[in-house]
Formats: sequence, structure tokens, C-alpha cells
Amino acid sequence: MTTALATARATARKPATMAQALNRALRDALADDPSVHLLGEDIGTLGGVFRITDGLAKEFGDSRCTDTPLAEAGILGTAVGMAMYGLRPVVEMQFDAFAYPAFEQLVSHVSRMRNRTRGELPLPLTIRVPYGGGIGGVEHHSDSSEAYYLHTPGLHVVTPATVADAYGLLRAAIASDDPVIFLEPKRLYWSKADWSPDAPDEVPGIGQAVVRRPGRSATLITYGPSVPVCLEAAEAAEADGWDLEVLDLRSLMPFDDETLTASVRRTGRAVVVHESAGFGGAGAEIAARVTERCFHHLEAPVLRVTGFDIPYPPPMLERHHLPSVDRILDAVARLQWDEGGA
Amino acid sequence: MTVLDQPVWHPRTEPAPLLPDAEPYRVLGTPQARTLEPGLLTELYGRLVRGRRYNRQATALTKQGRLAVYPSSTGQEACQIAAALALRPQDWIFPSYRDTLAVVARGVDPVQVLTLLRGDWHSGYDSRACHVAPLSTPLATQLPHAVGLAHAARLQGDDVVALAMVGDGGTSEGDFHEALNFAAVWRAPVVFFVQNNGFAISVPLAKQTAAPSFAHKAVGYGMPGRLVDGNDAAAVHEVLTEAVRQAREGGGPTLVEAVTYRIEAHTNADDAGRYRDDAEVEAWRDRDPIALLEQELRARGLFDESLVSEVEDDAERMAADLRDRMNEDPALDPMDLFAHVYAEPTPQLREQAEMLRAELDAEAGS
Repeated sequence: MTTALATARATARKPATMAQALNRALRDALADDPSVHLLGEDIGTLGGVFRITDGLAKEFGDSRCTDTPLAEAGILGTAVGMAMYGLRPVVEMQFDAFAYPAFEQLVSHVSRMRNRTRGELPLPLTIRVPYGGGIGGVEHHSDSSEAYYLHTPGLHVVTPATVADAYGLLRAAIASDDPVIFLEPKRLYWSKADWSPDAPDEVPGIGQAVVRRPGRSATLITYGPSVPVCLEAAEAAEADGWDLEVLDLRSLMPFDDETLTASVRRTGRAVVVHESAGFGGAGAEIAARVTERCFHHLEAPVLRVTGFDIPYPPPMLERHHLPSVDRILDAVARLQWDEGGA
Repeated sequence: MTVLDQPVWHPRTEPAPLLPDAEPYRVLGTPQARTLEPGLLTELYGRLVRGRRYNRQATALTKQGRLAVYPSSTGQEACQIAAALALRPQDWIFPSYRDTLAVVARGVDPVQVLTLLRGDWHSGYDSRACHVAPLSTPLATQLPHAVGLAHAARLQGDDVVALAMVGDGGTSEGDFHEALNFAAVWRAPVVFFVQNNGFAISVPLAKQTAAPSFAHKAVGYGMPGRLVDGNDAAAVHEVLTEAVRQAREGGGPTLVEAVTYRIEAHTNADDAGRYRDDAEVEAWRDRDPIALLEQELRARGLFDESLVSEVEDDAERMAADLRDRMNEDPALDPMDLFAHVYAEPTPQLREQAEMLRAELDAEAGS
């Protein structure tokens, strides 16, 4: 029976994009829980500028999938009030850089309400933010804003890198009784994998990293849009005799120190890779945590490959800014192989 | 058709609302006052006196070091009390930090209202139980919450109105604009209540807005605006009650501006002498909200010894109870710092809590 079921599921798997998995996650959440309400700009009739909410207003009505006035602080602020009344709002910020007007609501209320009220007013809110570059977007369409959110206690910060995780993590985010910043790597929206919407893969809850590629030489620590780049780098590194492990953090807050520490203690070397500016970025925190926990296992300093400390470049120059396979391999080469021995 | 079947937006089919009156609406001192129920007049009087006594006691507690700070609403008691009386138990109120009297009048324990200002926690009452949002410090940021809550209640088919309180300074914030716009588009059952007390700390009205009144702003959002004398408790009560009724019956939001005056400095830590003359303050004392009620009660033969002593005894009892309980040191547990950040503490917070626990144990042992 189990085998037959597994076979049926396996055959039902077919290529799906991350966008389709996210759409399905929202649809299933709306169907399963009448308290789930979607709010955002252009998410109704249009289905969102990235079509993540395609068809949902039609299926569930305007009151469950609502086109709001064009005002991000208003969207998040009203979502706070809806959550105070017991609903479970899921808001869409149209682009990373358009989420900034909502920042005060986020910092002053979303992140603090549970704590302020000693748990009396939790805010089960999901804030979806398409983020990152690599799509040829003009100014204000390619920011990686995770560090701002990470520095705000009270928020969970999650970002998927695969089709299966996009579905599983978004369902977990919506089910969470805490506010979750759900960062969607927009350049992976159209990435494909074999996936079955009717039997989605089990994805552990928020807060668990995963080893995407096991390896022995060094650990590439990354998340979101940089995961495929790191996997490509790891493949290319084989030619140079390096067997790289790729660790996808998935959740930046809570942070999975355990999986990360186990990996780096095993490999003895680590490179952190992300798109956003390095200075004061997530990589700085990750490098510090790895150093604190793995110092005696490290053969080389923890290195970072990140975007430059510049405003996000215009599209015709962005390839020079984004972490590339070559830049990652250059960093790997600097991990003191001669001194420490591979 | 249930409310759930209706579109959440409000198509613009009705004529635009009219501009508010040029002069604030008044009842006390006009012939209309004679139609007021004696019971309402004596209740308003008793509650305003009690409110003023609360302000005086809380300010005294700052001098005794029992409160970190207190923003007094003396002079604005009519607005505070009318706001609470206009609502039914199921309704919600979204106060700013100066709206402590409204929260007390709503029935919240006077000591719990002062938790934020005493500094033992950020909010001291159970918002869900009393339908009062936490006192908001960032100005106007609570207004969109009121809209969202009222909208959610309407979507659920519940009979709930939200009263959102803001001052003249807060109307300049972007959240004021966004909240009013969302409320009007969604036709949310919200009443926006602007207490225009003349000052945003030190900045006078003329530097805050060039609009003829804050009530005029309502028209631009497609909702009615009402201008009312904020020191006339009967007028504020009537206007707010009517706005709440309209919201409850599906008529959408209203913006009410009450023109009043902040008799005290911004807080006990402020020096109002740096930005305004005593003469201006004295002129406003002639329109004192308690005195206006007293005049009406006297004219009606309702202001007698028994009313005065009953009201004053009640106010003194409240003040004595507040004083006694505020003079007790609050119970503090530093471990609470980690208890409510998330539903479940993160591994990182568990580590930090252990560190603090060890520090506390070492302190206790030494």
C-alpha cells in the first residue's frame, strides 16, 4: 500500500516553478483556514506583478485576496489590526525596495506587539517580499534587504531556494503565530523542479538549515538566490579537487547554529555567500557565529563573498556586483590550503 | 447578500461629503443644552472631575519618582471621557500616550494604564479583554491598526466600531493619511478622533497645518468631517456618539476634530514657558470643560452640595487607591525579557536567557 502510494505520488511529480509552488501554498492556506487573508498591491485581478496570487481573488473573492490602495505602511498597518482581531493576514510587498515605507510599522509594532502585551496580542502575520537582483531590474527593484529585518528582534526571516521549500516554508510561515518576513528570491521565481502539488515534499518547520550538497573540503554557507550559484561553484570546484559542501540556511531567524556548526567542524573551512552588501550584512553575523563555535576546527579564516558596499547597480552593471561562480572559487582558493592542508 | 459577499472597497457612487462647519459645534451654553438628560450631565461632570484628579495624581507620582514620565490631559478631559462613553463594550479604542483618561474611563484598572509610564512593562492591560489597544507612542501609527481591526470585524460580520485617537501633531504623519484613505475605501467602521490641543510638544498649530481645520481633511478622503468644541463635553459626546452610530450602521468612517487646549506642559519633563505665554493658558481656563458643565448644572438647579461631595469623594478615593497601589514596588522578573519575544524562544534567545539566569543567580549568591 505504502509502496503503491509512493509510486503514485512519484508519477504525479512534474516540472513546476517556484512561482507555481508559492501560488499553490497561498491557495491551500486560503482553502484550509478561513482566517487567512491576502493583502497587497495588484494582487487581485492582476494576480500580482509576479503572478504569485494568480487566480486567488477569483477563487476566494476580493475580501480574501484584496487589492489595497497603493501604500505599504497602510497595508502592513491595517494587517496588524486584522491580526489583532484574530485574522491571519498575508501581505505582499510588491518589491524589496517598496517595502521600506512599511518599515516603521514593522519595527515599531509588528516585531514588538507580542512582547509589548506579554503574549496577549500575538501577530500571526506573513510579509512576503520579492527580493534580490539578477533580473535586470531598474533602480529600486533588486535590493536584498534581509539585514534590516534580521536586526529587528521579534521577526522571523525565511527565504526558500527550491520549489519544494517555497511551498513548505510559506505554509509554515502562514501557520506561524509570529510575524514572518518571507523573502522570495525573485530570480528563482521561474526556476523549475519536479514537484507534486498534491503531495508536496515534507519540509521541516522554520529554523532548520539543510545541506544541499555534502562535501569534505569546505562549506559554502548561503541562502535564497545564492544557493544555485553556490551549487554551480561546488560542481566547478570538483575540477580543482575541492569537494565543497553547500549549506542552505533557509531560515535566517531563527538561526540554525547546530547544522552550520556541525558542517564547518567537519570541513574546517567556510565561505559565506550572499548578494547584499557585506558590511554589516548577514554574512558578518554568520562568520562571527562560525568563528565563535568552530575556532579550533578552522583551518582558515571564514571568508565572505557578497555584493559590494554600494547602492544596487543599474542592470547593465549588476553582473559585476553579484557573487559569481568565479568569485566564490577565488574565495575558496584563499582558504589557506597550503598552510593547513586539504 | 451578507457582508462577506460585498466588495471590500466602496465604489464612489454617493455625492462628496460637505465641508464641515466653520465654527466648532457647541451645546453647552446654547438653548439646546436644556434638552440634555440630567443623568448625562451629572455623569459627564463626575467623570471629568475624576479624570482631572487622575491627571493631578499621576503628575504627583512623577515628582515622587513613581512614574518615569506623565503626559497630562488636563484641559482635554471632555474629549477623553466622551471618547470612552461613545462606545459600546464590543467596540475598540486605539489610544495615544496622552489618552490615559479615556482608557481608564473605558474601565481599565487605573494602575495597569500606567504600566508603560511607570516603566515596568510596555503595556499593562489585557487589550483583548478590554478592547483597548496598547497606548501608542509612535504618533498616528495606531490609526491603520484601528482600520484593520474594524475591517476584520466587518468581514466577520461582527458589530464592532473602532475609535482611533490622534493629536494635531499626529495628523502630519503619513500613517494618518494612509489610515483615513484605507478606511474610506474600505468603508470601515472607524471614527478618527483628532484632539487638536494647539501644540505638538512646543510646535503650535500654525506650523503644523495650513488647512482651515483638520476636519476639512475628511472631505478629501470622501468621508464626513465634524468640527466640535473639545471643551464642551456634551457636544463632543453627541458628535462622537453620532459618528459611532453611523459607522456601526455601515455608513463608513468619520473624522472628528475637537478643538481643545493642553493646559499643562507636554509632560512633567517639559517647560511650556519656553514656547507660550501664561496669558494664553489663562484665556483657555475660561473655557474650562469642567466649569462649562458646572454652569449648565447650576442653570438647571442640578449643582448641589450632594453632587459635589459625591463626585469629590469618588475622585479622592480613586486618587488614594492609585497613590497607594503605585507606591508599591512592581514585581519584576528579568527573565520576562525573553518570555514573549516569540511564541517559542529561538535557540539564540534560550542561550541568552541562560546567561542572564546565571548572572541573576550569581547576584543572588553574592
